[in-house]
Amino acid sequence: MRGCRWAADMHAPSTPFEVESKPRGLTLRISGRETAAIAFLLLGCLLFGATLARAQVTAQRLLDSGKEPQNWLMYSGDYAGRRFSALDQVNTANAHALVPQWAYQTMAGGKFETTPLVVDGILYGTGQDNRAFALDARTGRPIWQYQRALPADIRPCCGRVNRGVAILGDKVFLGTLDAHVIALDAKTGNVIWDVTSADYRAGYSFTLAPLAIKNLVILGVSGGEYGIRGFIDAYDAATGERKWRFYTVPGPGEPGHETWEDDSWKIGGAPAWITGVYDPVTNTTFWPTGNPSPSNRGAGRAGDNLYSNTLLALDPDTGKLKWHFQFTKHDEHDYDATQVPVMVDEGGQHLILHADRNGFFYVIDRATGKLISANPFAKVTWSTSKDAEGRPATDKNGSPTAEGNRVCPGAAGATNWMSPTYDPQTKLFYVTAREQCDVFSTAPQTFEQGHAYYGSAYFPNDDAAPFWGALRALDATTGKLKWEWKHPSPTWSGVLSTAGGVVFTGDAEGNFIALDAASGKALWHFQCGASVYSSPMVFAIDGKEYVAVAAGSALFTFALP
Amino acid sequence: MPTSTRTTNAFYVLLLLSFAVLLALPLLAQDKNPFAGNAQAAKVGESQFRANCAFCHGLGARGGGRGPDLTRAQKMHGNADGDLFRTINQGVPGTAMPPNGATQQGVGMTEEEIWQVITYIRSVEKKAPVAALGDAAHGKALFYGGAACSTCHMINGKGGRLGPDLSTTGSARATEYLVDSVRNPSRRLAQGIGEAMKEFSQEYVTVTVVDAGGQKFKGVVLNEDSFTLQMMDMREQLHLFEKGKLRSMEETRESLMPGYDEKLLPEKDLQDIVAYLLTVAAPAGGGQ
Repeated sequence: MRGCRWAADMHAPSTPFEVESKPRGLTLRISGRETAAIAFLLLGCLLFGATLARAQVTAQRLLDSGKEPQNWLMYSGDYAGRRFSALDQVNTANAHALVPQWAYQTMAGGKFETTPLVVDGILYGTGQDNRAFALDARTGRPIWQYQRALPADIRPCCGRVNRGVAILGDKVFLGTLDAHVIALDAKTGNVIWDVTSADYRAGYSFTLAPLAIKNLVILGVSGGEYGIRGFIDAYDAATGERKWRFYTVPGPGEPGHETWEDDSWKIGGAPAWITGVYDPVTNTTFWPTGNPSPSNRGAGRAGDNLYSNTLLALDPDTGKLKWHFQFTKHDEHDYDATQVPVMVDEGGQHLILHADRNGFFYVIDRATGKLISANPFAKVTWSTSKDAEGRPATDKNGSPTAEGNRVCPGAAGATNWMSPTYDPQTKLFYVTAREQCDVFSTAPQTFEQGHAYYGSAYFPNDDAAPFWGALRALDATTGKLKWEWKHPSPTWSGVLSTAGGVVFTGDAEGNFIALDAASGKALWHFQCGASVYSSPMVFAIDGKEYVAVAAGSALFTFALP
Repeated sequence: MPTSTRTTNAFYVLLLLSFAVLLALPLLAQDKNPFAGNAQAAKVGESQFRANCAFCHGLGARGGGRGPDLTRAQKMHGNADGDLFRTINQGVPGTAMPPNGATQQGVGMTEEEIWQVITYIRSVEKKAPVAALGDAAHGKALFYGGAACSTCHMINGKGGRLGPDLSTTGSARATEYLVDSVRNPSRRLAQGIGEAMKEFSQEYVTVTVVDAGGQKFKGVVLNEDSFTLQMMDMREQLHLFEKGKLRSMEETRESLMPGYDEKLLPEKDLQDIVAYLLTVAAPAGGGQ
């Protein structure tokens, strides 16, 4: 009851309670005038308590997130992964008038990748080096701030970043760079439980925001640069007890194990960098995985290397695999599939839309995992044919060589972990595209636990044109390009769409930009002073809509004047 | 607010710890390479080099578009093992050389891995300092005179600002790179610079704009984003534009610098200019 404590502190000078210490306890001597003051305080506490009780985020509230668009209850805004908000106060006619409201500084270097959550006026975010914070979402003033004491010898890839928390009940959940999962008291930031998920010394770390489903906290591990064996974990939100683990590289006797050469499965990688989504109708949670290890060298791991670069359909209660779809088999270009899969129901079909790092936009049947279509949304040279299922197939001559082999997309991919968005009003899928080809070269190395294990190197290519990027609006079912907004250089910003017909994104030059969702015309921009490495979100308090984005070391919010 | 006090205390403890670590770092860092001369370590180091360094310093450490040729006996920021370790681990402030791991594109290297990389560099470096082939004094005369380099380029404060400052270029670039940049100035410009270099964004792209009043400006881009342009015209005047208010804007990756072919600049004269660049950029001594 922190609110009561504050109230008491505030009144302390004018209402000096006399507290006498007696052997059997405390006695308060209170004057008549002060009785009224106390009654007022108590009433205040009761009302505040009621507010807090309402702030309990039940599993049902997460399911019904669409009913409270003023809040942003999970990483992608809803279980479908759409990063779309029904808020429409900011629209195409007035977006030009957006002005900054407040900024919150983490005062930390490195990339600030958080998408914060907002619940009933409180904003919960994470910063570099496993900072976490709760702010008054109206003013940006901190309510609590937390920072984990991290071991000195962690070396997480790629930067000491974190993308956000999950919330359930009165706790927020954080995966840490030293591979712990922790629950913080949403009111105080105090640690409620802290469990070790894996050994950070072997290269395991968490950078994604967990996903809360029912009473579980689900997250996947990072570390594909270290020859880890990836997994998706589920923890009891109340106790921190691990309920299940799904290894993304199957062990002996498990289906898929035969897709690994000899003992290569033990260091097979297949990490999870980004938060999954959940379909309550079929009780299925979908998680994408990253590269097989070593990332750019296929020698020694002959086979498809399941379940690397794969979309996994898991039963959230048991962690049992329902189906899987592998985007890039036997990957040698670090084509992590770790992009948010987006659930869309269209024309009676239940779909998953997925713009992959490998440059193809996939439409998949959500019930069966069957591929419906795969079309490029960026320049692609690694695949020029399709297999019997219609899946882009790897060209034999695309492998990295000692001298180097030019392949598109390059090492950072045609897109990456930055979120796409689906706008049900325009029926368009918006994705950050990166136009960059690289020269991939092999750099054979022996595996050593805890040491970076790329097996490769990459270099800028000799094209007579610099890298560039774009926000692309694709027809959600055909993948056909509707419009694009060109970025001078590739960006690491995700995209947000809103019912006001406005999509928001950021660029590497530091601009946060509002665009007309239908036409791609720029409506407004703000120079944040540093590149955007995050996916924006939106919330409302007292009927006022705020758009928020992390850039540099600051979280910025914008609203109409 | 107890939480706030605790946070503040923790902050100061962390701050003190960071200072302690910073102070201890030079003491902790060894000055002697534990793998010196170890062929196996050099091989592992080569792998590390390819993954972490070759993006800028090129395959074989012979220098790339962005990083110096490391096969030279003389290193700009110190020749001793300890100097190399420090340069790799802490980076070189004010240049594109980042501290170890700071690019946040990969995972960075352990101390052991850095020493392996140094072992590799030692295994490929030339034993003798680069011998300048040309006549540096004549090169200087050409730079400020007949070849007119100084119209656009500055060395140690003297010269123009329209092109890159060349004070340290002799040590930062391989000789072949320097020669190529004079003969084909547009070649590297056309490729642009990578994202890791974004904080050193100036590419000297050629730009021509016509403002709202119909006035035309031609020069080089100092910086730009989707909405604004900062440029310097041929008379070194600075112009700041909002792109939306311009009548027209055209960019080309054809450099403003003329390509100096053999007719304009005979091979011998070019060698002299390169010799001059090497002389002015020669490291002062062994230390930083």
